[in-house]
Amino acid sequence: MTITEEAPGHVGSRRLRKEDPALLTGEAKFIDDLALPGAIWVGVVRSTEAHANIVGIDGAAALAIDGVNEVLSGEDLAPLWGEGALPCAWPVTPDMKNPTHLPVARGTAKYVGDAVAVVLADSRYAAADGAAAVVVDYEPLPAVVEITDAVADGAPLVHADLDSNECYTWGLWGDNAPAVDAAFAEAAHVVSERYLQQRLIPAPMEPRGCAAVPSPAGGELTLYSATQIPHILKVMTAVVLGIGENKLRVVAPSVGGGFGCKLNVYAEEILCSALAMQRGAPVRWTEGRAEAAVSTIQGRGQVQHIELAADADGKVTAVRVKLLADMGAYLQLVTPGVPLLGGFLYHGCYDIGLYMFECTSVFTNRTPTDAYRGAGRPEATYAIERAMDSLAVSVGVSPEEIRARNFIGADAFPYESAAGLVFDSGDYQTVLDKAVALADVDGRRAEQAQRRASGSSKRIGVGFSSYVEMCGLAPSRVLASLDYGAGGWEAATVRISPTCKVQVVTGSTPHGQGHETCWSMIVADKLGVDPDDVEVLHSDTAVSPTGLDTYGSRSLAVGGTAVYMATEKVIDKARAIAAHQLEASEDDLEFSGGVFSVRGTPEAEVPLAGIAFAAFTAHDLPDGMEPNLEAHVTYDPPNFTFPNGTHIATVEVDTDTGDVDLIDYVAVDDCGVQINPLIVEGQVHGGILQGAAQALYEDAVYNSDGQLVSANLGDYLVPSAAEAPRFRLDSHATPSPTNPMGVKGVGEAGTIAAAPAVINAVVDALRDLGVTDVDMPASPQTVWRAIADAQGGAS
Amino acid sequence: MTAVTLTVNGTERSLEVEPRTLLVHALRDDLGLTGTNVGCDSSSCGACTVLVDGQSAKSCTMFAVQADGADITTIEGVADADGTLHPMQQAFHEHHALQCGYCTPGMVMAAISLVDEYPGLDEGGVRHGLEGNLCRCTGYQNIVDAVLAAAGSGGD
Repeated sequence: MTITEEAPGHVGSRRLRKEDPALLTGEAKFIDDLALPGAIWVGVVRSTEAHANIVGIDGAAALAIDGVNEVLSGEDLAPLWGEGALPCAWPVTPDMKNPTHLPVARGTAKYVGDAVAVVLADSRYAAADGAAAVVVDYEPLPAVVEITDAVADGAPLVHADLDSNECYTWGLWGDNAPAVDAAFAEAAHVVSERYLQQRLIPAPMEPRGCAAVPSPAGGELTLYSATQIPHILKVMTAVVLGIGENKLRVVAPSVGGGFGCKLNVYAEEILCSALAMQRGAPVRWTEGRAEAAVSTIQGRGQVQHIELAADADGKVTAVRVKLLADMGAYLQLVTPGVPLLGGFLYHGCYDIGLYMFECTSVFTNRTPTDAYRGAGRPEATYAIERAMDSLAVSVGVSPEEIRARNFIGADAFPYESAAGLVFDSGDYQTVLDKAVALADVDGRRAEQAQRRASGSSKRIGVGFSSYVEMCGLAPSRVLASLDYGAGGWEAATVRISPTCKVQVVTGSTPHGQGHETCWSMIVADKLGVDPDDVEVLHSDTAVSPTGLDTYGSRSLAVGGTAVYMATEKVIDKARAIAAHQLEASEDDLEFSGGVFSVRGTPEAEVPLAGIAFAAFTAHDLPDGMEPNLEAHVTYDPPNFTFPNGTHIATVEVDTDTGDVDLIDYVAVDDCGVQINPLIVEGQVHGGILQGAAQALYEDAVYNSDGQLVSANLGDYLVPSAAEAPRFRLDSHATPSPTNPMGVKGVGEAGTIAAAPAVINAVVDALRDLGVTDVDMPASPQTVWRAIADAQGGAS
Repeated sequence: MTAVTLTVNGTERSLEVEPRTLLVHALRDDLGLTGTNVGCDSSSCGACTVLVDGQSAKSCTMFAVQADGADITTIEGVADADGTLHPMQQAFHEHHALQCGYCTPGMVMAAISLVDEYPGLDEGGVRHGLEGNLCRCTGYQNIVDAVLAAAGSGGD
């Protein structure tokens, strides 16, 4: 296997996307664009109480509305799923509590947004009117809202049939405890910090939606859904509803962003599927934005306690982490696993000998949490990068110096981490040095000092974040060791048609990442064809029957590698045909620029197009060879990949108002070999803004009754262009030795890095005022209060 | 039901709508112009932006009856008949100013209107001018550069 592509090629170029024209002209079809005459529209009645017994459901007023045909309670619907319930695929411990999660609740509503009844109607307006007109009689019960409340003595129970609100406790290397205790006892410097990871609303611009369409003759069903995971959704829907997988087809049409929240099996998908099978008619549902805030999973939701032990030079000797994680009221598809994805990385990119991680996860009366861009890794990076800054202060060195003293060295790879991972490649110091130079850290610090000296109310702060993430999910055997309910491979098929056009079928499921463009570039380079002659098929289980979909920055490192390997397999077959035609040994053939030639005999050559046609006619193939040029590969990665980087945020903080202005943002990332830097940069830009938004703006705010008070985009502050900074990027590639292209993945990097960089910058701006911590989101009020508290409690 | 006549992308269309029908649903459900997307229910996101008599408007915030007699341009109506993209669409393509593409039709319409109304905007002007259109994928930088390029006022 070679690390680098033959140059020059398409790989590495800033090729414009082939996905764009359909999206730019309105031709692309998203879920709500599908015309389904005669469809039954579903409106979901959602609990307005965080925790309540459902005493009665009165549909009379709804049924009086023209176009509303039925009102169905959880009791009415129960026969549709029988013993089936919404699946959780990640039982992280044998004794993990997984309360039965029905698509529509029976008896008790457990969170605001919990489905308690549905309305079936003739139109989207009638469905909405009907759902609003259903009167539900609730008997309120005590609600558990905050994570810390869930574990308090005498806390109300989210699930009355469980003896506590604890879902599970999962730990890494508990027998390290004596050694870790000794390290802390001997430490010259100890850092002990508590950080809050507020809940976030993923908010892709397209809300969810689904439509289930039965075959006219009955018995078969096509489920269209705005999902990241048509393949997994197909298996799960078949299992939950007892439908033969052969009777079920799942299609993800154009999907308007996911960020993890469409990596799930949702109540509405099961509901529409079951109803469509029962009624013999299409059944559809489109989510509203305020509805999405409570009916789609939320992200984060953790209380983090991190401790560092370090010697006199600031070399960290041990990291100890205790986490409290909010599962919400129920476990969705991978809810319990999210904290574990971070659990391996709380030591960050530092060479640390002793590591202890323990997570206790709890139920609360809130919307379930699950994977949101980064899924566990932004949380881990936040904790270690904030704590490293605290250590730098304690030791009396700069943030870049404390990082330099602790980085895993460039010569240490492959590096076995204290958490049991093998990091593939990296040069963390070079990456940091590049970022420091690009950000003009010295210049900023001079400006900071000048403003402080002049007593300016506009303080400058510079914040660092060096991160490493585990991507390329995942080696199937590793997932088995973590009790995950599926593998981590990906599938690809490459076909060459009689006229030498190429069809790629991928199990990856793009929803904005540009897979069609990148997969075309990979294949075009290998085959010597034009990328425009490569079509990429995906996201429909009838076309792409095998796959594990898109999440966890896995598509390129796993799905792209499968495409690469399938292309090689096709070339191997073509080579055998070429050798037959040229009456030469396969070993003597070269393949370059789409032409097979005999080494040393340049006139003896045959183009791939000729081989493709010969494979199609099958008139003269080697004995025993099957016709046609086609190959399928299922690739199970031998390891994760470990993208890394250093980001530096510069902020201006108004000490009079607490307003934070993100005035510069520098990112230097190592995502391995880049297939298309244009797309890489786009991923980094968007990722950074999502992370910075957690730091500064976004917060799923619940009141003490468990009501979400930031449910729409007026209150939940997704940043606009006016808030976004200009990003300045650079990169430093250390090719991953894990896969033949040397790629690592980049979908989550920005989000993982950004929040600690921004908050470290805010704290840096205010440190001379006595501020040592600012909670996220660092709103003007929060920042102003932090300053006031540090200055002696002025209010 | 109320009769409404709209000129949509240059063609006069007559339709019967409920008085409460939003313009965006008349365009999408009654006229089949599904390029205009719905991203929120509070006029916050701008995915539904169209041009009403040449000015950008959030079509989820207007009733179809309010647009009676108006000239409406949607994303389907901005490219040339031969398929040549509008310069703003082309600039979005060339600057990688879209990823999932869901906000894109509204963003393009808002940008066309912005550049038309305020020629010569600088970066800050573009950023503030697009404040009403949210994108979750791009971090806006490439959108801003695309709009500046299409406006002929710089950008990479």
